[in-house]
Amino acid sequence: MAEPLLENITVVGASLAGLRAVETLRREGFPGRLTLVGAEPHLPYDRPPLSKELLAGTWEHDQIVLRKAPYAELELELYLGNPAAALDVGKRTVTLATGIEIAWDGLVIATGSQPRLLPNTPPLDGLYTLRTLDDCFGIRTRLDAGARVCVIGAGFIGAEVAAACRSRGLDVTVLEMLEQPMVRGVGSVIGSVLAELHRDQGVDLRCSVAVDAIEGGGKVERVRLVGGAVVECDLVLVAIGAVPTTDWLIGSALTLDDGVVCDSSLLATPLVVAAGDVCRWPNALFGGDLMRIEHWTNAAEQGVFAAHRLLSGDAETPFAPVPFVWSDQYGIKIQCAGRFTGTDRMELVHGALSDHRFVVIFENDGVISGVLAFNQPRQVMLYRRMIAERASFSDALSFAAANQ
Amino acid sequence: MKIIVDFDKCKSNAVCMGVAPEVFEVRDDNFLYILQEEPTENLRPKMEEAVRTCPAGAIELVG
Repeated sequence: MAEPLLENITVVGASLAGLRAVETLRREGFPGRLTLVGAEPHLPYDRPPLSKELLAGTWEHDQIVLRKAPYAELELELYLGNPAAALDVGKRTVTLATGIEIAWDGLVIATGSQPRLLPNTPPLDGLYTLRTLDDCFGIRTRLDAGARVCVIGAGFIGAEVAAACRSRGLDVTVLEMLEQPMVRGVGSVIGSVLAELHRDQGVDLRCSVAVDAIEGGGKVERVRLVGGAVVECDLVLVAIGAVPTTDWLIGSALTLDDGVVCDSSLLATPLVVAAGDVCRWPNALFGGDLMRIEHWTNAAEQGVFAAHRLLSGDAETPFAPVPFVWSDQYGIKIQCAGRFTGTDRMELVHGALSDHRFVVIFENDGVISGVLAFNQPRQVMLYRRMIAERASFSDALSFAAANQ
Repeated sequence: MKIIVDFDKCKSNAVCMGVAPEVFEVRDDNFLYILQEEPTENLRPKMEEAVRTCPAGAIELVG
Protein backbone atom coordinates (compact mmCIF):
# COMPACT_ATOMS: atom_id res chain seq x y z
CA MET A 1 0.00 0.00 0.00
CA ALA A 2 1.38 3.38 -0.97
CA GLU A 3 1.72 5.97 1.77
CA PRO A 4 -0.22 9.22 1.35
CA LEU A 5 1.86 11.85 -0.41
CA LEU A 6 4.08 13.46 2.19
CA GLU A 7 4.51 17.24 2.28
CA ASN A 8 6.26 17.97 5.50
CA ILE A 9 9.08 15.76 6.80
CA THR A 10 11.07 16.35 9.97
CA VAL A 11 14.37 14.62 10.69
CA VAL A 12 15.39 14.72 14.36
CA GLY A 13 19.14 14.23 14.78
CA ALA A 14 21.76 16.10 12.75
CA SER A 15 24.61 13.64 12.63
CA LEU A 16 25.46 11.01 10.01
CA ALA A 17 22.10 9.15 9.90
CA GLY A 18 20.07 12.37 9.90
CA LEU A 19 22.22 13.95 7.20
CA ARG A 20 22.05 10.89 4.96
CA ALA A 21 18.26 10.89 5.48
CA VAL A 22 17.74 14.50 4.34
CA GLU A 23 20.13 14.00 1.40
CA THR A 24 18.22 10.89 0.35
CA LEU A 25 14.84 12.58 0.64
CA ARG A 26 15.93 15.37 -1.71
CA ARG A 27 17.75 13.01 -4.07
CA GLU A 28 14.60 10.93 -4.38
CA GLY A 29 12.65 14.04 -5.28
CA PHE A 30 10.82 14.97 -2.09
CA PRO A 31 9.70 18.53 -2.90
CA GLY A 32 8.07 19.53 0.38
CA ARG A 33 9.11 21.22 3.59
CA LEU A 34 12.12 19.49 5.14
CA THR A 35 13.25 20.24 8.69
CA LEU A 36 16.48 19.04 10.33
CA VAL A 37 16.84 19.29 14.11
CA GLY A 38 20.17 18.88 15.92
CA ALA A 39 21.07 18.98 19.61
CA GLU A 40 24.60 20.26 18.97
CA PRO A 41 25.43 23.72 17.62
CA HIS A 42 27.55 22.28 14.79
CA LEU A 43 26.59 21.21 11.29
CA PRO A 44 26.85 17.41 10.86
CA TYR A 45 30.39 16.17 11.39
CA ASP A 46 32.15 12.84 11.34
CA ARG A 47 32.57 11.22 14.76
CA PRO A 48 35.13 8.42 14.24
CA PRO A 49 38.07 10.86 13.98
CA LEU A 50 37.17 12.34 17.40
CA SER A 51 38.93 9.44 19.13
CA LYS A 52 41.64 9.19 16.47
CA GLU A 53 43.10 12.02 14.37
CA LEU A 54 41.45 14.94 16.19
CA LEU A 55 42.58 13.75 19.59
CA ALA A 56 46.04 12.91 18.29
CA GLY A 57 46.18 16.53 17.12
CA THR A 58 46.81 15.78 13.44
CA TRP A 59 43.36 16.92 12.17
CA GLU A 60 41.14 19.93 12.78
CA HIS A 61 37.39 20.55 12.69
CA ASP A 62 37.35 21.44 8.98
CA GLN A 63 38.61 17.95 8.10
CA ILE A 64 35.59 16.19 9.60
CA VAL A 65 32.81 18.13 7.89
CA LEU A 66 30.42 15.46 6.60
CA ARG A 67 28.86 17.32 3.70
CA LYS A 68 31.02 19.26 1.31
CA ALA A 69 28.24 20.37 -1.07
CA PRO A 70 26.32 23.52 -0.09
CA TYR A 71 23.52 23.05 2.42
CA ALA A 72 21.40 25.50 0.40
CA GLU A 73 20.88 22.72 -2.17
CA LEU A 74 18.96 20.74 0.45
CA GLU A 75 16.54 23.61 1.20
CA LEU A 76 16.35 22.76 4.89
CA GLU A 77 14.73 24.42 7.83
CA LEU A 78 17.61 23.92 10.20
CA TYR A 79 17.42 23.99 14.00
CA LEU A 80 20.88 23.45 15.50
CA GLY A 81 21.82 23.56 19.17
CA ASN A 82 18.19 22.80 19.84
CA PRO A 83 17.49 19.28 21.12
CA ALA A 84 14.07 17.74 20.70
CA ALA A 85 12.21 17.47 24.00
CA ALA A 86 8.97 15.67 23.14
CA LEU A 87 7.12 13.81 20.41
CA ASP A 88 3.37 13.64 19.96
CA VAL A 89 2.59 10.93 17.40
CA GLY A 90 -1.18 11.60 17.50
CA LYS A 91 -0.87 15.35 16.85
CA ARG A 92 2.20 14.78 14.63
CA THR A 93 4.40 17.33 16.33
CA VAL A 94 7.91 17.51 17.74
CA THR A 95 8.57 20.01 20.51
CA LEU A 96 12.09 21.36 20.92
CA ALA A 97 13.75 22.20 24.22
CA THR A 98 13.26 25.89 23.45
CA GLY A 99 9.50 25.32 23.14
CA ILE A 100 9.31 25.56 19.35
CA GLU A 101 6.71 23.15 18.00
CA ILE A 102 7.30 21.56 14.59
CA ALA A 103 4.46 19.83 12.73
CA TRP A 104 5.23 16.87 10.44
CA ASP A 105 3.49 14.30 8.30
CA GLY A 106 6.61 12.12 8.07
CA LEU A 107 9.27 11.73 10.77
CA VAL A 108 12.80 10.31 10.87
CA ILE A 109 14.17 9.66 14.36
CA ALA A 110 17.98 9.76 14.33
CA THR A 111 18.94 11.08 17.75
CA GLY A 112 21.82 8.66 18.17
CA SER A 113 23.20 7.62 21.51
CA GLN A 114 25.01 9.15 24.45
CA PRO A 115 27.82 7.87 26.65
CA ARG A 116 26.90 5.66 29.55
CA LEU A 117 27.92 7.29 32.81
CA LEU A 118 29.36 5.79 35.97
CA PRO A 119 26.82 5.98 38.79
CA ASN A 120 27.57 8.08 41.87
CA THR A 121 30.30 10.11 40.20
CA PRO A 122 30.92 13.62 41.50
CA PRO A 123 31.11 16.44 38.91
CA LEU A 124 34.89 16.88 38.91
CA ASP A 125 36.94 19.05 36.58
CA GLY A 126 38.85 16.72 34.26
CA LEU A 127 36.15 14.03 34.14
CA TYR A 128 35.05 13.36 30.57
CA THR A 129 33.06 11.20 28.23
CA LEU A 130 33.75 11.34 24.48
CA ARG A 131 30.88 11.72 22.07
CA THR A 132 30.90 15.25 20.70
CA LEU A 133 33.33 17.64 19.08
CA ASP A 134 33.19 19.78 22.23
CA ASP A 135 34.11 16.74 24.38
CA CYS A 136 37.01 16.06 22.02
CA PHE A 137 38.42 19.60 22.15
CA GLY A 138 38.04 19.62 25.93
CA ILE A 139 40.10 16.44 26.24
CA ARG A 140 42.60 17.60 23.64
CA THR A 141 43.34 20.78 25.55
CA ARG A 142 44.19 18.65 28.60
CA LEU A 143 46.39 16.35 26.52
CA ASP A 144 48.19 19.42 25.15
CA ALA A 145 48.97 20.30 28.76
CA GLY A 146 50.48 16.84 29.36
CA ALA A 147 47.66 15.28 31.37
CA ARG A 148 48.12 11.86 32.97
CA VAL A 149 45.16 9.95 31.58
CA CYS A 150 43.05 7.20 33.05
CA VAL A 151 40.56 5.56 30.68
CA ILE A 152 37.74 3.50 32.15
CA GLY A 153 36.66 0.85 29.62
CA ALA A 154 38.76 -0.93 26.96
CA GLY A 155 36.22 -0.93 24.12
CA PHE A 156 36.83 0.78 20.79
CA ILE A 157 36.69 4.35 22.13
CA GLY A 158 38.84 3.62 25.17
CA ALA A 159 41.40 1.76 23.07
CA GLU A 160 41.59 4.49 20.44
CA VAL A 161 41.98 7.23 23.02
CA ALA A 162 44.75 5.23 24.69
CA ALA A 163 46.45 4.90 21.30
CA ALA A 164 46.11 8.66 20.68
CA CYS A 165 47.65 9.37 24.12
CA ARG A 166 50.59 7.08 23.42
CA SER A 167 51.14 8.74 20.02
CA ARG A 168 51.62 11.96 22.01
CA GLY A 169 53.96 10.25 24.46
CA LEU A 170 51.52 10.60 27.35
CA ASP A 171 51.13 8.14 30.21
CA VAL A 172 47.82 6.35 30.03
CA THR A 173 46.17 3.73 32.21
CA VAL A 174 43.22 1.73 30.90
CA LEU A 175 40.92 -0.01 33.37
CA GLU A 176 38.78 -2.89 32.16
CA MET A 177 36.20 -4.70 34.23
CA LEU A 178 36.39 -7.97 32.24
CA GLU A 179 39.40 -10.27 31.90
CA GLN A 180 40.35 -9.01 28.40
CA PRO A 181 39.45 -6.04 26.19
CA MET A 182 36.28 -6.65 24.12
CA VAL A 183 36.06 -10.22 25.33
CA ARG A 184 32.27 -10.19 25.35
CA GLY A 185 32.19 -9.65 21.60
CA VAL A 186 35.25 -11.29 20.09
CA GLY A 187 36.27 -13.82 22.74
CA SER A 188 39.37 -14.29 24.86
CA VAL A 189 41.87 -15.22 22.11
CA ILE A 190 41.41 -11.94 20.24
CA GLY A 191 40.95 -10.16 23.56
CA SER A 192 44.43 -11.23 24.62
CA VAL A 193 45.88 -10.10 21.25
CA LEU A 194 44.37 -6.65 21.86
CA ALA A 195 45.66 -6.61 25.43
CA GLU A 196 49.18 -7.45 24.29
CA LEU A 197 49.02 -4.80 21.57
CA HIS A 198 48.27 -2.08 24.12
CA ARG A 199 50.86 -3.27 26.61
CA ASP A 200 53.53 -3.42 23.89
CA GLN A 201 52.77 0.22 23.14
CA GLY A 202 53.25 1.24 26.74
CA VAL A 203 49.66 1.38 27.94
CA ASP A 204 49.18 0.41 31.58
CA LEU A 205 46.25 -1.93 30.90
CA ARG A 206 44.63 -3.43 33.97
CA CYS A 207 41.92 -6.03 33.40
CA SER A 208 39.47 -7.65 35.82
CA VAL A 209 39.40 -4.49 37.91
CA ALA A 210 36.46 -2.51 39.26
CA VAL A 211 36.37 1.22 39.92
CA ASP A 212 35.46 2.12 43.47
CA ALA A 213 35.57 5.92 43.18
CA ILE A 214 36.88 8.83 41.16
CA GLU A 215 38.36 11.22 43.70
CA GLY A 216 39.69 14.74 43.91
CA GLY A 217 39.12 18.15 45.47
CA GLY A 218 37.15 19.91 42.73
CA LYS A 219 39.27 18.32 40.01
CA VAL A 220 40.22 14.77 39.15
CA GLU A 221 43.20 13.55 41.21
CA ARG A 222 42.93 9.77 41.32
CA VAL A 223 40.84 6.71 40.56
CA ARG A 224 40.47 4.28 43.44
CA LEU A 225 39.92 0.63 42.54
CA VAL A 226 38.02 -1.95 44.52
CA GLY A 227 40.72 -3.61 46.65
CA GLY A 228 42.43 -0.30 47.34
CA ALA A 229 44.82 0.27 44.39
CA VAL A 230 45.03 3.90 43.24
CA VAL A 231 45.69 5.43 39.78
CA GLU A 232 46.96 9.00 40.06
CA CYS A 233 45.70 11.05 37.10
CA ASP A 234 44.59 14.47 35.85
CA LEU A 235 41.99 13.30 33.36
CA VAL A 236 39.49 10.47 33.52
CA LEU A 237 37.66 9.32 30.41
CA VAL A 238 34.62 7.16 31.06
CA ALA A 239 34.22 4.95 27.97
CA ILE A 240 31.89 2.18 29.09
CA GLY A 241 29.48 2.17 26.17
CA ALA A 242 26.51 4.20 25.07
CA VAL A 243 22.77 4.30 25.56
CA PRO A 244 20.28 5.33 22.87
CA THR A 245 18.96 8.88 23.13
CA THR A 246 15.27 8.15 23.70
CA ASP A 247 14.49 10.20 26.81
CA TRP A 248 12.57 12.69 24.64
CA LEU A 249 10.34 9.86 23.38
CA ILE A 250 9.12 8.63 26.76
CA GLY A 251 5.32 8.73 26.77
CA SER A 252 5.16 9.10 22.97
CA ALA A 253 3.44 5.74 22.30
CA LEU A 254 6.50 4.43 20.46
CA THR A 255 7.90 1.13 21.72
CA LEU A 256 11.14 1.87 23.58
CA ASP A 257 13.37 -1.02 24.59
CA ASP A 258 17.08 -0.25 24.34
CA GLY A 259 16.23 2.05 21.41
CA VAL A 260 13.20 2.76 19.26
CA VAL A 261 11.86 -0.66 18.31
CA CYS A 262 11.06 -0.80 14.60
CA ASP A 263 9.88 -3.42 12.13
CA SER A 264 12.23 -5.02 9.60
CA SER A 265 11.76 -2.01 7.28
CA LEU A 266 12.77 0.47 10.06
CA LEU A 267 9.19 1.71 10.55
CA ALA A 268 8.44 2.52 14.21
CA THR A 269 4.79 3.40 13.68
CA PRO A 270 2.98 4.63 10.57
CA LEU A 271 4.79 7.66 9.09
CA VAL A 272 7.67 7.34 11.60
CA VAL A 273 11.02 5.65 10.85
CA ALA A 274 14.25 5.44 12.85
CA ALA A 275 17.90 5.25 11.81
CA GLY A 276 21.34 5.01 13.40
CA ASP A 277 22.35 4.26 16.99
CA VAL A 278 18.82 4.88 18.26
CA CYS A 279 17.17 2.27 16.03
CA ARG A 280 16.52 -1.32 17.16
CA TRP A 281 15.14 -3.58 14.46
CA PRO A 282 14.92 -7.27 13.52
CA ASN A 283 17.74 -8.13 11.13
CA ALA A 284 16.41 -10.82 8.78
CA LEU A 285 19.96 -11.90 7.98
CA PHE A 286 20.41 -13.08 11.58
CA GLY A 287 17.12 -14.89 12.11
CA GLY A 288 15.20 -11.68 12.75
CA ASP A 289 16.93 -11.03 16.07
CA LEU A 290 16.55 -7.46 17.30
CA MET A 291 19.76 -5.50 16.76
CA ARG A 292 20.94 -2.03 17.69
CA ILE A 293 24.20 -1.01 16.05
CA GLU A 294 26.41 1.95 16.97
CA HIS A 295 28.72 1.80 13.95
CA TRP A 296 29.36 4.47 11.33
CA THR A 297 28.39 2.31 8.34
CA ASN A 298 25.09 1.35 9.95
CA ALA A 299 24.16 5.00 10.56
CA ALA A 300 25.02 5.90 6.96
CA GLU A 301 23.09 2.99 5.47
CA GLN A 302 20.07 3.25 7.77
CA GLY A 303 19.75 6.98 7.13
CA VAL A 304 19.42 6.27 3.42
CA PHE A 305 17.18 3.23 3.90
CA ALA A 306 14.80 4.85 6.41
CA ALA A 307 14.31 7.94 4.24
CA HIS A 308 13.56 5.77 1.22
CA ARG A 309 11.17 3.65 3.31
CA LEU A 310 9.27 6.76 4.39
CA LEU A 311 8.91 8.14 0.87
CA SER A 312 8.24 4.91 -1.01
CA GLY A 313 5.93 3.21 1.48
CA ASP A 314 7.79 -0.03 0.70
CA ALA A 315 7.06 -2.26 3.70
CA GLU A 316 8.30 -5.44 2.05
CA THR A 317 12.03 -4.83 1.64
CA PRO A 318 13.83 -5.55 4.91
CA PHE A 319 16.95 -3.74 6.11
CA ALA A 320 19.25 -6.75 6.48
CA PRO A 321 22.92 -5.77 6.29
CA VAL A 322 26.08 -7.36 7.62
CA PRO A 323 27.21 -5.01 10.43
CA PHE A 324 30.70 -3.60 9.84
CA VAL A 325 33.06 -1.62 12.02
CA TRP A 326 36.68 -0.61 11.89
CA SER A 327 39.18 0.82 14.34
CA ASP A 328 42.64 2.28 13.81
CA GLN A 329 45.08 1.70 16.66
CA TYR A 330 48.88 2.10 16.53
CA GLY A 331 48.84 2.00 12.74
CA ILE A 332 46.88 -1.26 12.71
CA LYS A 333 43.56 -1.41 10.93
CA ILE A 334 41.18 -3.60 12.90
CA GLN A 335 37.98 -4.52 11.07
CA CYS A 336 35.02 -6.65 12.07
CA ALA A 337 31.97 -7.66 10.07
CA GLY A 338 29.02 -9.77 11.12
CA ARG A 339 27.69 -10.62 14.54
CA PHE A 340 29.75 -11.67 17.52
CA THR A 341 28.24 -13.41 20.51
CA GLY A 342 31.45 -14.14 22.40
CA THR A 343 30.83 -17.90 22.24
CA ASP A 344 31.08 -18.55 18.49
CA ARG A 345 33.60 -21.08 17.17
CA MET A 346 36.60 -19.21 15.78
CA GLU A 347 39.15 -20.29 13.15
CA LEU A 348 42.30 -18.52 12.06
CA VAL A 349 42.23 -18.59 8.24
CA HIS A 350 44.98 -16.16 7.14
CA GLY A 351 48.24 -14.98 8.70
CA ALA A 352 49.38 -15.29 12.30
CA LEU A 353 47.97 -13.57 15.39
CA SER A 354 51.43 -12.46 16.48
CA ASP A 355 52.16 -10.73 13.13
CA HIS A 356 49.30 -8.25 13.50
CA ARG A 357 48.20 -9.30 10.03
CA PHE A 358 45.58 -12.03 10.17
CA VAL A 359 41.97 -13.00 9.52
CA VAL A 360 39.77 -15.04 11.85
CA ILE A 361 36.24 -16.15 11.00
CA PHE A 362 33.43 -17.14 13.34
CA GLU A 363 30.78 -19.85 13.08
CA ASN A 364 27.28 -19.82 14.47
CA ASP A 365 24.72 -22.49 13.67
CA GLY A 366 26.69 -23.89 10.74
CA VAL A 367 27.10 -20.60 8.83
CA ILE A 368 29.87 -18.01 8.80
CA SER A 369 28.59 -15.33 11.18
CA GLY A 370 31.56 -13.00 11.54
CA VAL A 371 35.02 -12.01 10.36
CA LEU A 372 37.70 -10.07 12.24
CA ALA A 373 41.03 -8.99 10.84
CA PHE A 374 44.13 -6.96 11.52
CA ASN A 375 45.48 -5.20 8.41
CA GLN A 376 43.57 -7.36 5.91
CA PRO A 377 40.78 -5.13 4.50
CA ARG A 378 40.54 -7.00 1.22
CA GLN A 379 39.90 -10.30 2.95
CA VAL A 380 37.33 -8.77 5.30
CA MET A 381 35.21 -7.64 2.37
CA LEU A 382 35.39 -11.08 0.73
CA TYR A 383 34.19 -12.80 3.91
CA ARG A 384 31.65 -10.06 4.55
CA ARG A 385 30.04 -11.02 1.26
CA MET A 386 29.94 -14.67 2.35
CA ILE A 387 28.20 -13.64 5.58
CA ALA A 388 25.62 -11.71 3.54
CA GLU A 389 25.04 -14.83 1.45
CA ARG A 390 24.71 -16.99 4.60
CA ALA A 391 27.45 -19.26 3.29
CA SER A 392 28.10 -22.41 5.30
CA PHE A 393 31.14 -22.36 7.55
CA SER A 394 32.65 -25.30 5.68
CA ASP A 395 32.34 -23.36 2.40
CA ALA A 396 34.09 -20.41 4.07
CA LEU A 397 36.90 -22.69 5.24
CA SER A 398 37.24 -24.16 1.72
CA PHE A 399 37.35 -20.64 0.29
CA ALA A 400 40.08 -19.76 2.77
CA ALA A 401 42.10 -22.88 1.91
CA ALA A 402 41.91 -22.00 -1.79
CA ASN A 403 43.06 -18.41 -1.16
CA GLN A 404 46.25 -18.85 0.83
CA MET B 1 31.11 9.77 -15.20
CA LYS B 2 34.56 9.75 -13.64
CA ILE B 3 35.71 8.33 -10.29
CA ILE B 4 38.16 10.46 -8.34
CA VAL B 5 39.73 9.07 -5.16
CA ASP B 6 41.63 11.27 -2.73
CA PHE B 7 44.39 8.81 -1.89
CA ASP B 8 45.61 10.99 0.97
CA LYS B 9 42.26 10.43 2.64
CA CYS B 10 41.68 6.80 1.63
CA LYS B 11 42.18 4.52 4.62
CA SER B 12 41.77 1.25 2.74
CA ASN B 13 38.67 0.13 4.58
CA ALA B 14 37.60 -1.57 1.33
CA VAL B 15 33.94 -0.70 1.82
CA CYS B 16 33.86 0.50 -1.82
CA MET B 17 35.14 -2.89 -2.90
CA GLY B 18 32.22 -4.47 -1.05
CA VAL B 19 29.83 -2.22 -3.00
CA ALA B 20 31.42 -2.45 -6.47
CA PRO B 21 34.27 -4.96 -6.83
CA GLU B 22 34.24 -4.38 -10.60
CA VAL B 23 35.47 -0.81 -10.03
CA PHE B 24 37.30 -0.81 -6.69
CA GLU B 25 39.88 -3.35 -5.61
CA VAL B 26 41.90 -3.32 -2.40
CA ARG B 27 44.79 -5.71 -2.93
CA ASP B 28 46.89 -7.62 -0.46
CA ASP B 29 49.27 -4.65 -0.24
CA ASN B 30 46.30 -2.81 1.41
CA PHE B 31 46.20 -0.18 -1.34
CA LEU B 32 43.10 0.69 -3.33
CA TYR B 33 43.25 0.25 -7.10
CA ILE B 34 40.66 1.72 -9.45
CA LEU B 35 39.82 -0.83 -12.14
CA GLN B 36 37.64 1.51 -14.22
CA GLU B 37 38.23 5.25 -13.88
CA GLU B 38 35.24 6.00 -16.07
CA PRO B 39 32.62 3.39 -15.19
CA THR B 40 29.67 2.86 -17.50
CA GLU B 41 26.43 4.69 -16.76
CA ASN B 42 24.64 1.55 -15.52
CA LEU B 43 27.03 1.53 -12.54
CA ARG B 44 25.94 5.01 -11.37
CA PRO B 45 23.75 3.82 -8.44
CA LYS B 46 26.61 1.68 -7.15
CA MET B 47 29.08 4.54 -7.58
CA GLU B 48 26.78 6.86 -5.63
CA GLU B 49 26.53 4.24 -2.89
CA ALA B 50 30.32 3.92 -2.80
CA VAL B 51 30.62 7.71 -2.37
CA ARG B 52 28.02 7.73 0.42
CA THR B 53 29.40 4.75 2.32
CA CYS B 54 33.13 5.52 2.15
CA PRO B 55 34.09 6.00 5.82
CA ALA B 56 36.87 8.37 4.81
CA GLY B 57 34.78 10.45 2.41
CA ALA B 58 37.56 9.90 -0.11
CA ILE B 59 35.54 9.12 -3.25
CA GLU B 60 34.12 11.71 -5.60
CA LEU B 61 31.97 11.27 -8.68
CA VAL B 62 32.34 13.83 -11.47
CA GLY B 63 29.94 14.13 -14.37
